[in-house]
Amino acid sequence: MMAECVEEEETSVYVTGCEAAARAVIIAKPSVVAAYPITPQTEIVEKLSLFIGEGRHDCQFIAVESEHSALSACIGAASCGARTFTATSSHGLLYMAEMLYWAAIARLPIVMANANRALASGWNIWADHIDSLSQRDAGWIQFYTSTVQEVYDTILIAFRVAENEGVMLPVMVNLDGFLLTHINQPLRLVDETLYQEEFLDEINVPHALNLDSPHTLGTLISPSDNYRVQHDRKLGMERAKDVIKEAERDFLRLFGREYHPVMEYRSDDAEVLLLGMGTLAKEAEDAVDMMRFRGIKAGLLRLRQIRPFPDDEIIDAISRSPAEKLVIIDRDYSPGSGGILSQEVKTRLYDAGIVKEIVNVIAGVGGQDVSAEDMMEMVELERGEHWWGI
Amino acid sequence: MVLVFVMSADKFKDRHGFWTNTIAREEYILKGNSSCPGCTAMIALRHIFKAAGPDTFVLVGACCAVVCEGVYPNTCMALPTLDTAFACTAAMASGVRAAVTDRGINVIAIAGDGGTVDIGIQALSGAIERNTDFLYVCYDNEAYGNTGMQRSGSTPFGASTTTTPFGKKEDKKDIAAIVGAHNIPYMATACPSYPMDLERKVKRALSIEGPKFLHVLTPCPPGWRISADKGVEVGRLAVRSCSFFLYEMENRELFMSKPSIDAMKNPIPLRDYLSVQGRFSRMSEEDMKLAQEKVNANIAYYREVCGI
Repeated sequence: MMAECVEEEETSVYVTGCEAAARAVIIAKPSVVAAYPITPQTEIVEKLSLFIGEGRHDCQFIAVESEHSALSACIGAASCGARTFTATSSHGLLYMAEMLYWAAIARLPIVMANANRALASGWNIWADHIDSLSQRDAGWIQFYTSTVQEVYDTILIAFRVAENEGVMLPVMVNLDGFLLTHINQPLRLVDETLYQEEFLDEINVPHALNLDSPHTLGTLISPSDNYRVQHDRKLGMERAKDVIKEAERDFLRLFGREYHPVMEYRSDDAEVLLLGMGTLAKEAEDAVDMMRFRGIKAGLLRLRQIRPFPDDEIIDAISRSPAEKLVIIDRDYSPGSGGILSQEVKTRLYDAGIVKEIVNVIAGVGGQDVSAEDMMEMVELERGEHWWGI
Repeated sequence: MVLVFVMSADKFKDRHGFWTNTIAREEYILKGNSSCPGCTAMIALRHIFKAAGPDTFVLVGACCAVVCEGVYPNTCMALPTLDTAFACTAAMASGVRAAVTDRGINVIAIAGDGGTVDIGIQALSGAIERNTDFLYVCYDNEAYGNTGMQRSGSTPFGASTTTTPFGKKEDKKDIAAIVGAHNIPYMATACPSYPMDLERKVKRALSIEGPKFLHVLTPCPPGWRISADKGVEVGRLAVRSCSFFLYEMENRELFMSKPSIDAMKNPIPLRDYLSVQGRFSRMSEEDMKLAQEKVNANIAYYREVCGI
């Protein structure tokens, strides 16, 4: 008599950020994936080729000859109503720059994973937020993640946000190069059927090309109509704020994991607030705990999205906290101006009439190693801009 | 401008059995578009879409044809049309084909010579290598027409443009040979001065699965400095002088088309083609002789290849 082998469906795995991204994409069932390899994103492309090749999901994988073509192919497919995905990093993202704007102005719900990485000259493959932040005005919704689980969950959320009829904008899910792309962490998988039936609707691009009523997308446009198109894109981005929160609420209800535009950590009674994005801001949780252990009332605000900027949530969190000092950590820099996240936050504080002591620390750029102990020292710094380690 | 509709000389069934003496009545490029008077690129596109029929998705790269569509909310295109950025026409076509998988629906990408032989050549090469099932049409007016006639890689030797005011010193890039080197299932050259030949080639191309390439010479009245009623005539002179050859290539086998076979037997002097165009008016006698020698070498090459 033969022993029967019953395969139990796995609910939890131990994978890299890249594999988590690829697994999430397959569950969302795009019909077209076009991507080009670049370190440290390559594993996403490799895993997707493998999953699609194995027949886990019926999808066309277009192995393009450049990143510019990767996004162009997604634009072509999305213009015909297809759900699309691409992934890139650093130089690849900037090589796409022309088409990033194109995709957003054309209102195409493309989802992309971007492995944050520094830019040359002087080849550097390590984490830096300047690649995606340099494209923050393109009209893409931009998420920043801090764990392998969050990469997976955020990509699942991204498709729903992008395809919302009131939004219809492309979404970029950022994960720190190597710190997330190449790190293995435990990953709890979602129930695919539940996701497909309860969370994500069929895609419907209302302006998709079709044979029944032929129309032209992207013709010449007059200044007054171009102005209207840009204003309409702004409205889409504004609607995204609520759509994101609603998607995060539904995600919590169905899958039990909680996300907000601003993730608050022990901030309610904090006397000093750390503020950042990505893995660095996750590490800051340890710094907060250690400071609290030593009697310093520290707290943390981690931004999960920079576009649309969570104005209300950030002002609300800062107002609720008694902290007079804000330590904003930027893994980016705008030469001649300052840390980009810091400028973004200061603008909102000014609009809300809130005055705080702002310490802007430029840290972790080009993959610089920043520890929780480093962050404990950062709170001692005085108002102004500081380059950590110089 | 008079359109050449039916030429009795072309009334024959081709070697694949396509009737070539009929032209569809349906129009897919509507009246009132904003092309220059006498634009032969629009004549070419008109015939290409007539041959393709209504089940066609069109992509138009950044080129004159985008401007000719008109200004939003108007369009002269009666087919679903996606305008693309300059460098990515073929890549976007790969995306459209991935979304539109029905073989009964054509995907046709249109781009000018600049968008094909220069800035778009990488995307084109990639799409052909990936076996994208589409027809790529390069209409060649031998310069960047949209921006006011600057030299492109496809501008011929001796032609003056706004960036080669004293004549181009280099030769025209042989895009057909470059595409042919990809071992493409079907490619052809055409000219709207021979509309039956053009339509037949489009129909043949669309009947084949995989990437197809059509290189169409489209004389540009303002750019070539000829009068608006001379575009069709000058296209014929290009073929009769063997400055431009009409041929098809299937699986690396070359078939010369009838107008070029006739021309190769008794070519008119190149001077007869060049001297009617203002853009060659500064060409020296020496250069004219050199250009004729280059044409003679091409004729000798194709005679050998085709056994004519």
